[in-house]
Amino acid sequence: MIHFVILNNRQGKVRLTKWYSTYSQKERSKVIRELTGIILSRGPKLCNFVEWRGLKVVYKRYAGLYFSMCIDQDDNELETLDIIHHYVEMLDRYFLNVCELDLIYNFHKAYYILDELLLAGELQESSRRTIARLVAAQDSLVETAREQASLLGDLVK
Amino acid sequence: MASTTSSIMDTLFQRTLEDLIKGLRLQLIGESAFISKALDEIRREIKSTDPHTKSNALQKLSYLSSLHHLDMSWAAFHVVEVMSSSRFSHKKIGYHAASLSFSDSTPVLLLITNQLRKDLTNPNNEFEVSLALECLSRIATTDLCRDLTPEIFTLLSSTKIFVRKKAIALVLRVFEKYPDAVKVCFKRLVENLDSTDPHIVSAVVGVFCELTSNDPKSYLPLAPEFYRILVDSKNNWVLIKMLKIFAKLVLLEPRLAKRVVEPVCDHMRRTGAKSLMFECVRTVVSSLSDYEEAVKLAVVKIRELLLDDDPNLKYLGLNALSIVAPKHLWAVLENKEVVIKWLSDEDPNIKRESLRLVMAMVSENNVVEICRVLVNYALKSDPEFCNEILGSILSTCSRNLYEIVNDFDWYVSLLGEMSRILHCQQGDEIENQLIDICMRVRDVRPELVRVGRDLLIDPALLSNHFLYRILSAAAWVSGEYVEFSRNPFELIEALLQPRTNLLPPSIRAIYIQSAFKVLIFCLHSYLLQRESTTSSYPDTSALSELASKREMPEGSDSATFKAPSHSEQDEVFNPRVSNQSFEELSVGNGGDRTISHGQTSTPVTSENSFTYEAVVNHLNLIELALGPLTGSHDVEILERVRNLLCFIELIKGEVLECLVQKEENLNSAEMKSSKIIKLMSDAFSEELGPVSVSAQERVPIPEGLVLKENLNDLEMICGDIQLPSSISFSLVSNHYEEGVGASLPDLQSKEELEPPSEATSLLAEHRKRHGLYYLSSEKNDIVANDYPPANDPKLQDNQNNDTEDLVKLTEQLLVSKKRPNQAKPRPVVVKLDGDVVPVSANRPGPKDDLLSGAVQEVLLGSDTRTSTSRSNPSDKSSSKRKGKEKLITDPSSELNENLGDAEKLDHENPSSRRSKHRTHGKERRHKSPGKIREEREENGQKEKKKSSHRHARHKTRQRADVPLNVVSETPVIPDFLL
Repeated sequence: MIHFVILNNRQGKVRLTKWYSTYSQKERSKVIRELTGIILSRGPKLCNFVEWRGLKVVYKRYAGLYFSMCIDQDDNELETLDIIHHYVEMLDRYFLNVCELDLIYNFHKAYYILDELLLAGELQESSRRTIARLVAAQDSLVETAREQASLLGDLVK
Repeated sequence: MASTTSSIMDTLFQRTLEDLIKGLRLQLIGESAFISKALDEIRREIKSTDPHTKSNALQKLSYLSSLHHLDMSWAAFHVVEVMSSSRFSHKKIGYHAASLSFSDSTPVLLLITNQLRKDLTNPNNEFEVSLALECLSRIATTDLCRDLTPEIFTLLSSTKIFVRKKAIALVLRVFEKYPDAVKVCFKRLVENLDSTDPHIVSAVVGVFCELTSNDPKSYLPLAPEFYRILVDSKNNWVLIKMLKIFAKLVLLEPRLAKRVVEPVCDHMRRTGAKSLMFECVRTVVSSLSDYEEAVKLAVVKIRELLLDDDPNLKYLGLNALSIVAPKHLWAVLENKEVVIKWLSDEDPNIKRESLRLVMAMVSENNVVEICRVLVNYALKSDPEFCNEILGSILSTCSRNLYEIVNDFDWYVSLLGEMSRILHCQQGDEIENQLIDICMRVRDVRPELVRVGRDLLIDPALLSNHFLYRILSAAAWVSGEYVEFSRNPFELIEALLQPRTNLLPPSIRAIYIQSAFKVLIFCLHSYLLQRESTTSSYPDTSALSELASKREMPEGSDSATFKAPSHSEQDEVFNPRVSNQSFEELSVGNGGDRTISHGQTSTPVTSENSFTYEAVVNHLNLIELALGPLTGSHDVEILERVRNLLCFIELIKGEVLECLVQKEENLNSAEMKSSKIIKLMSDAFSEELGPVSVSAQERVPIPEGLVLKENLNDLEMICGDIQLPSSISFSLVSNHYEEGVGASLPDLQSKEELEPPSEATSLLAEHRKRHGLYYLSSEKNDIVANDYPPANDPKLQDNQNNDTEDLVKLTEQLLVSKKRPNQAKPRPVVVKLDGDVVPVSANRPGPKDDLLSGAVQEVLLGSDTRTSTSRSNPSDKSSSKRKGKEKLITDPSSELNENLGDAEKLDHENPSSRRSKHRTHGKERRHKSPGKIREEREENGQKEKKKSSHRHARHKTRQRADVPLNVVSETPVIPDFLL
């Protein structure tokens, strides 16, 4: 299973983290520090797998962002690379040419998309179209709620 | 009133998440200051009664928590409040915050059970259900799982695919936390395997993949369903998971392997997806390695991976090869040139994998050549990889008491060579091996002394603190076995050279002690020589007496040690050299001299070897060098220096005197000092042998010694003393008078306590140093030095040639199994009882956890007494597969009930039928997978006739080499699959 997902940029700034196994807040920041150090120090034409504390970390760089997922020793590395790619494609489709700023300002959206893709550390939806539809449906639900809220704000004024 | 106004103000002027992020990026007041300011705002806003303000604050807090690692456990109650909001947008923020921050110990978890139940059963909004499911998959505790199992059970058959697949994924967590849920949910979970919806199947397979990897044996009964999916599914994600499941299952059930191997190979051939192909390869090499055809196919695919440009595929190919290596070394040998090529890849991970594989190829036929090339690689590598290479050479060669090393002279000089590599940090290991080999392999000692001398004599090495441990081993060896030295005086100079002050005290003490031993040897030889010249004995006899002090192997070795020890006096000990100043002398001891030694090793008459001048000069040298150390602050050094200086004091007068009377016919044996020297020499020439770790047990316990006293108190005192984990030696004395030819293991038994004497007290010092209480006071104080760096890596040979060299070499060597220079027989390596215990690490016992128990109960029916059969001692199946035993159910009762197949019980006289139907079984193996289904039907028909089914089983049983009564173990797997 996937133990966690980390997204960070070339400067080591974290853009998204999602933990499917239990790590305390302290462990989380330690893991992130350790892994970004390892991953950022690796050159561009090397393989995308790093053995780490008996687990494997699969990472891939898209523009200035590194997407890393930590998997078990006997999990399939190539499959995980596919999942990462899948996620990136979905972000790209959702934000229309995704860039780092999109993820910075819409960090919760990035989480919601990830939640549709993975659940309990397992891939749960491999169809991009389905995910796009689900995310859009939920967005519209949120929108209606927000409209109501702003209506309320107007009333108060 | 005031609170409502403030909340309205908050609503109107609240910073949104976007404002927060913008502010953070602007960083007008610094990040931490901004965050703490924002946090203050959040703390205020989150208490607001307006749900919008509250949820907005929570969202900001989640942002800070997830990306800036802020603690948000204090807001747990507010999270619950937002979760219970009726608005979807708020709820979403609340659930997200909960899955981010809640842990098992969060106290408010008790409050959310009802909220979750309400959301899980929400009939109108499936997205709210899915929010609850997602959140539960992160935060579920035992209590939550227990309380919500009914709702999850309902959702497992929900008509909404979107919800059902999430419920399925959640089941994994529920089972883990609350195994009793298995009773309720498992059946429905299994039913979902048959679903026509690919999403559902994918989710279920994911769950089973995780479950199986933790506890494969419980899911063996589901093999038929899995098999169907493996054959039918077109979804690569599902197939990969399926392969993982089978990789675990076939290890438990060899007959399953036979069935699975065809479809797996089929997928491997057909698929275009590299991930699926690699998974097939990995399944074959790790679990189906008994099937030659499949392995061959897998190796072909591995080769494709290895030759790919993509570093990922390269890495995975190497990875797969290292899985296959232990069982099918040919696969590695076939690809050796590629493997060796990647040894110089730019990616350290790939290099490491290929190094692993190269080491897997090492055998006693090619160890010399592979090591030579690897050492050349090490010279050119970065420090980290260099040490990895050296480390793996050391561990491979020392494996199983140097099993693959035939030529120890070579190995010892390799150790010497490795020590001189600039980046070498393997000092401890090399030190251990040098001493270990010295103890175990008698024949190699002359070479060891030579290697030790070369290391000691090089002043540049003293500046590298990684080498100190090796130097200490070299010093000890040279002192202990000085009689093999070509030139003992040279050793004294090396051991006392001025740069030894760079050494840490503990090692310097060893140097001084070794110098002491060498000096004694020199004096003793000198006296013997005088004796022989003055008396009527032929000179050879005196020397041969000396030689026989150490039981020397017959033949060339004894000759080499005798001759050189007396040669070269002209060059080394002529007055010109010895009149040089101290510094010049020691610096002048370069490697050049070794060469001249070799050239002028014409036998010199032994009368001249230990001259008066040489002895006196070296006595002076020692006094000069050690004089300043009498003020040393280190006890070890001080003690040894005093010993040595006092000894010299004691004998010097007489030695000088006796030399004056040189020409007179004085009987030196009667001199007082010569007696002392003789005594000391005897003490030092006691053989130090290895002692089994368990030797202590054989010593009878003296009467009156209380051993069973409670020594718990000592733990506090001795807690920090660590016993060496490796084989430890203590040194014992033994009496050569008892029998020169006695072999070392015998000597052990002769071990006895010597009467307390000077000799034993000196020996005790050795024991102290090399026994359990080896001093390890390491101070890496590196004194500034103006010497050139120890050694420059030899870079003259270019890298490409090297690769080719190795390829060629391995080609030659791996093809011709015959070792070319087998002329020299392998010397005896002393082994001790306590030594060789390559215990296969105890596998952890079966995890008798609740989950597997529950699953088995569901799958096998409630009357399956798995636990009783597990502990059944009379169970005859001595199957080596552990997991199998656990599946054994009581044969007499279950078979009929569970399967209603009376035929299964038929195990009378199966061997007679086996031969009859073997050919039949073979035909079946070649059938194409498309026919499998037909075949299955066929089997079904035949079952009625009670015929072919049994044969098939016998065939597989034979293949698997399992005792015949396995039949009784198999009721859990439905027939048609086997």
